[in-house]
Amino acid sequence: MLHTFVAYVEDLPGVLTRVASLFRRLNINISSLTVGRSERPGLSRLTLVCEASASAGHRIRASLFKLENVVDVDDIAQAPSVTRELALIKVAASPRNRAQIFDLVEVFRARIVDLTSESLLIEMTGVESKIEGLIEVLREDDGRILEICRSGKMTMRRGHHTSGVLRAMGAGVADAAEQDRAAAQP
Amino acid sequence: MGIDAMTHLTTPTRLTGAEILWATLVGEGVDTVFGYPGGAILPAYDALRKFPIRHVLVRHEQGAAHMADGYARASGKVGVAVATSGPGATNLITGIATAMLDSIPMVCVTGNVSSKVLGTDAFQEVDITGITLPVTKHNFLVSRAEDLAAALRHAFQIARSGRPGPVLVDITKDAQQATAIFDFEAAKPKLYRPHPMLKVEDAGLAQAAELIRNAERPVILAGHGVSEAGAMEQVRTLAERAQIPVGLTLLGLGSFPASHPLNLGMMGMHGEAWVNDAIQEADLLIACGMRFDDRVIGTPATYATKAKKIHIEIDPAEINKNVKVDVALVGDLRAVLEELLPRISSRGQGGRDGSSWLKWIDGRKGESAVRDIKNLPDMGHLYAAHVMHDLWRITGGNAVVVTDVGQHQMWEAQYYHHEHPRTLITSGGLGTMGFALPAAIGAKFGCPEKEVWVVAGDGGFQMTAAELSTIVQERLKINIAVINTGYLGMVRQWQEFFYERNYEATPLVSPDFVKLADAHGIPGRAVRTRGEVAAAVEEARAANGAFLLNFLVEKEDSVYPMIPAGSSLHEMILRPGRDPLEERADD
Repeated sequence: MLHTFVAYVEDLPGVLTRVASLFRRLNINISSLTVGRSERPGLSRLTLVCEASASAGHRIRASLFKLENVVDVDDIAQAPSVTRELALIKVAASPRNRAQIFDLVEVFRARIVDLTSESLLIEMTGVESKIEGLIEVLREDDGRILEICRSGKMTMRRGHHTSGVLRAMGAGVADAAEQDRAAAQP
Repeated sequence: MGIDAMTHLTTPTRLTGAEILWATLVGEGVDTVFGYPGGAILPAYDALRKFPIRHVLVRHEQGAAHMADGYARASGKVGVAVATSGPGATNLITGIATAMLDSIPMVCVTGNVSSKVLGTDAFQEVDITGITLPVTKHNFLVSRAEDLAAALRHAFQIARSGRPGPVLVDITKDAQQATAIFDFEAAKPKLYRPHPMLKVEDAGLAQAAELIRNAERPVILAGHGVSEAGAMEQVRTLAERAQIPVGLTLLGLGSFPASHPLNLGMMGMHGEAWVNDAIQEADLLIACGMRFDDRVIGTPATYATKAKKIHIEIDPAEINKNVKVDVALVGDLRAVLEELLPRISSRGQGGRDGSSWLKWIDGRKGESAVRDIKNLPDMGHLYAAHVMHDLWRITGGNAVVVTDVGQHQMWEAQYYHHEHPRTLITSGGLGTMGFALPAAIGAKFGCPEKEVWVVAGDGGFQMTAAELSTIVQERLKINIAVINTGYLGMVRQWQEFFYERNYEATPLVSPDFVKLADAHGIPGRAVRTRGEVAAAVEEARAANGAFLLNFLVEKEDSVYPMIPAGSSLHEMILRPGRDPLEERADD
């Protein structure tokens, strides 16, 4: 099954290697990984998606926690959450066939962020399937797509959830204890 | 000229990085380090004489890591190894991995090239923090003198805390040479963060107590965590109060007295048949500080299928890894047992009556015992079992025995009966040949008042035999028993059992170990018959300094019982039941 982990890690050299190395060691392919600054200074937030057996979730989360630079780990599992991905798609387009692409962009609620006489650049945010959909229809016209750049998934739980560990460190309120219990069940 | 390290621990002072290194080690309670100098660590060595630290010069950096490991296993303190950059650092790796697999608290300090040339393939430069990433609990690259004290103190905290393990601190040469204000107190690491998934709840404790109360055929499985957590008393109380027999892992040996009536002995691949039979028949397993290693469980599919399982373990990543358990109590073993014990009542107070189960297990012992080689008549052959049995008898089970890896290691585990924790020092998880001799040197420094024996095979002994010089240079009293089969014995045994006796690359030519020892200034003796063993062991013990015994034992002897790798616990190859070399009419 597809696992999604959200982790807070120290913003230091080599930390990403440690996280990535754990998955390499377990022989698990990382299908998507996004990292960026979080609401807490000195901590980066990452969303990591991987394919592994259903029972592997507990062990991966426990092993991530064992890394000294990892401050918090959330196994999103099936919890209600919002997942988004950003895609930049460069498409070959001349003044004659632009209008058709503008229509597609409109339908998919994407945006044109750059326009030249030979190409245009589409920015799109959404769930994976929606981005796949746009790419699919663009592909139907041969050779139109010049470049695709996708961010990978970013995930956040719905509702007023924040991490139990971060709360213990003095950040916000949470019902994370409940979720921790659920995730730690053997 | 000397620096008063103690003053510096209380008064912030400007020191060089090299001085900060040693001052911090002194502050962390280190009095002995094992190392080998070289270019990138020279500033540190230059400052060493100002500090009350004994430096043991090794003959190979692998030895330094094993010594630090042996020191930690024998004393319970953090062992420290020091090496230079490049090859010095890479030579440590086998020793670091050995400590990692057995959860040994250790700090390795390596020098590295100057921070200005890091990453340029400078002379003797290697990315040691990158290389050791998977075999350390954590590691640090320090390139500024002002970061050094905090990194080192954090390293000691990580090495000791939770599930212990090795930590490496790589220090660039310029960080050793630069100066910074040394403030030991200010460098104190943040409060240790316990693993957030540690979890012992009332419900789990109640469930565990209920399972124990209702069990008819329970077995305690005691592992390395018992001595690491200092939970010997608690395990013993649990066993005695509820009358539960105790099986031990290889690294658990000594954490429950061998002479205790509830002690079953070692479980797993070369465990006695009654232990493995008891586990397969059990209706409850209480796993204490052990990780259901594949050498212990055979194959997970058929392992103790009738048993409910309680797992008390400090590392949440071990829960349900190899064996699915019914109750997981994730925390420090000693603390968990302290909470569990008040819920366990003794037999007189309505607790369980374990006598019929114990009787059943006892019944299994009889048959195996008569097959035991030590109970067979002396036909003039010398078996390693005899050597181990005599060594145990003569030392009263009180020696610290440091073994290498292979057949002799298993014979030691079977025939040397350990009464106390930290008296068997052996590489369990990684199975590192060459471990014994250097680890024994470390162990001797860790417990100088104890009698230390090396038990090694002829193969493993040659891997690190250069450390004989270290024994002589440090004037150590260490007794060495080489169990000499002329083969890489355990591999030969596998070839015999599973590869149709195709003894490829296992016959082994060795030097005369007595002469080799003599060349180092260590006296020794060869032993060829069972009758000579006792006198030779006594002679070694009585010698003033180190002494080597070369036991020329039967060449094609095998370790029994044996569970073939990947088989079930009940599919054991049992002892042949007679002296294999005895000639009889039906042969």
